[in-house]
Amino acid sequence: MLKINKLHKSYPIGDSSLHVLKGIDLSVESGEMVAIMGSSGSGKSTLLNIIGMLDEADEGDYILDNVPIKNLTEKKAAIYRNRFLGFIFQSFNLINYKNALDNVALPLYYQGLKRKERIEKGLFHLEKVGLKAWAEHLPSELSGGQKQRVAIARALAADPKLLLADEPTGALDTTTSYEIMAFLQQLNDEGKTILIVTHEEDIADMCKRIVRLVDGVIMEDKFVEQVRASQYV
Amino acid sequence: MFDRDLWREIFQSINMNRTRTLLSGFTVTFAILLFAILFGITNGLTNTFDEAFKDDATNSIFINSGRTTQANKGLQAGRQIQFKNEDYDYIKKEFGDKVQFITARVYKNVNASFQNEKNSYSVRAVHPDHQYLENTKVTQGRYINQLDLNENTKVVVIGRLVENDLFLKTTAIGKYINLNGIQYKVVGVFEDDGGDNEERLIYMPISTAQQIYGNNDYIDQINLTYNPAMGYDQAIAFSGLLTKKLKDRFSVAESDQRAVRVRNLANEAKGINQMTTGLGMIVLVIGFGTLIAGVVGISNIMIFIVKERTKEIGIRKALGASPKSIVSIILMESIFITVIAGFLGLVIGMGVLELVGPSLEKFFIKDPKVSLSLVVSATVTLIAAGGIAGYLPAKKASKIKPIVALRDD
Ligand SMILES: Nc1ncnc2c1ncn2[C@@H]1O[C@H](COP(=O)(O)OP(=O)(O)OP(=O)(O)O)[C@@H](O)[C@H]1O
Ligand SMILES: [Mg+2]
Repeated sequence: MLKINKLHKSYPIGDSSLHVLKGIDLSVESGEMVAIMGSSGSGKSTLLNIIGMLDEADEGDYILDNVPIKNLTEKKAAIYRNRFLGFIFQSFNLINYKNALDNVALPLYYQGLKRKERIEKGLFHLEKVGLKAWAEHLPSELSGGQKQRVAIARALAADPKLLLADEPTGALDTTTSYEIMAFLQQLNDEGKTILIVTHEEDIADMCKRIVRLVDGVIMEDKFVEQVRASQYV
Repeated sequence: MFDRDLWREIFQSINMNRTRTLLSGFTVTFAILLFAILFGITNGLTNTFDEAFKDDATNSIFINSGRTTQANKGLQAGRQIQFKNEDYDYIKKEFGDKVQFITARVYKNVNASFQNEKNSYSVRAVHPDHQYLENTKVTQGRYINQLDLNENTKVVVIGRLVENDLFLKTTAIGKYINLNGIQYKVVGVFEDDGGDNEERLIYMPISTAQQIYGNNDYIDQINLTYNPAMGYDQAIAFSGLLTKKLKDRFSVAESDQRAVRVRNLANEAKGINQMTTGLGMIVLVIGFGTLIAGVVGISNIMIFIVKERTKEIGIRKALGASPKSIVSIILMESIFITVIAGFLGLVIGMGVLELVGPSLEKFFIKDPKVSLSLVVSATVTLIAAGGIAGYLPAKKASKIKPIVALRDD
């Protein structure tokens, strides 16, 4: 699914630069559910953003679904993001003046689908996250957990190969977090490949593999027995 | 451009920023309103001038004679200058290529009667070209022609009101009208935009009038139009030369203002033309100045909107929005606001002109209106202005990096 080789990334800070990723090697197969862990500032988000083509590495190779990702034009990057990737953010990042359905349907708009089809697919995915009845509601009328579920529906709408979640439960209480994890596990059961950045051990334990970043390098990479979230819900 | 979803996005965005959009659009509305009103007023002034000349061709030159005011070449002051046929022929021969139409005039007041109806009228005895010089519209029959001149025929062409006065409800063509005791055949009836007085005139062949009323070849006045291919300056030079030659011909002093008088409408027309061109320029400058202010205003608002929506644009890009789609939203929104605001100004301006137009006539502003060509060019200008206003903000928006926009802080 994806293969990363000797990846480096630095951020310029004033005259000097901050070396954040110092040679990352990582490969993820289709159908995996991987937790990326590490302390604050260890480079988890940076890595996820590079995987998500929101940022570019300075050095190293990155191959996604057999496509080398390098020196992309903005236009190409937009197409790849739209076709290959679904993003879930800690702060949901819904568009606040669009209702749930319009938010979910937005990636489909950028795919060039007709409005009728977009509504159909959007409603299908909203139903999948159990929020069909909330289609017409604005984000401000939804709870945190509901917002994250709308965001997941949006990430799923374009049927991406890879779901990228940066602390998807970071803004939610424990019960709601487990609900979201239960749902992500269900998606993974259905075959979706999922990468989750988190610094909560219990959330990481609900994945099938844990990658630990320390100071820009992978210190540990192990497969684990998945804890099912549904037992807590 | 005709993507319904794009418009949906634009309306959503405008709806979100209603007050700000309204305020920025207002400047453009004001610019176009101002422009439309000034433009209308300029048009109104032009209309007034056109009206003043409607009766005569604007390239007319009138030549009159009078008494000399200065002694010259041994001749005393107070000498009456009298034009004759030979002078008319001289101008025709000397300046043939510069003259479009030319006619001489002899004036005579007559008592006219037909059966029991009587009235007095002015007679103008003329050459056939007179019809074109005076914009005379022959509605029945014909005008004076060369054959009439050659044979001194006793025919007349009478004004519409002369026919009304004397012939009542019957038609005058073919009947004989009595002028000071002599019978003339009516061969034509005419109308004239110059007003009632012009339609109470009687035209007859100049040779006939010269024979009957004086048995001489005197001429009261010579009217001509210069070749319209000449510009104002050429025309003015021509009338200058004509004046000089005529003064020489009659041994009149160069500085004598009364003996030979040549009035060239090109002088007036040039002045008016310069004035309306000047006015037009001022209007254009004011209008464009205000429009530029409006464009800057809209551009500012759009930059602000882009800034405010940085995060949203980042989200859209993360979801697969191409730079082009971001640019077109901002550009179209800017163009839309500008065009709508501008049209609003145009409509209000046209309304104002319509309302106050009639009361402006006393200020020499007649029928102030905005022309269709202005509406078309305003539309084009507004679209361009909107595009210019949206360019910088759109560029800014397309440069937004999703990671920067999405950072949680
Ligand atoms: N655009 C940037 N410019 C400069 N420095 C940056 C930029 N983005 C991230 N950094 C720095 O790079 C380091 C790694 O950041 P990153 O966001 O990847 O950390 P993280 O592991 O996700 O931390 P957290 O758990 O707090 O989210 C941090 O020290 C951060 O300050
Ligand atoms: Mg992070």
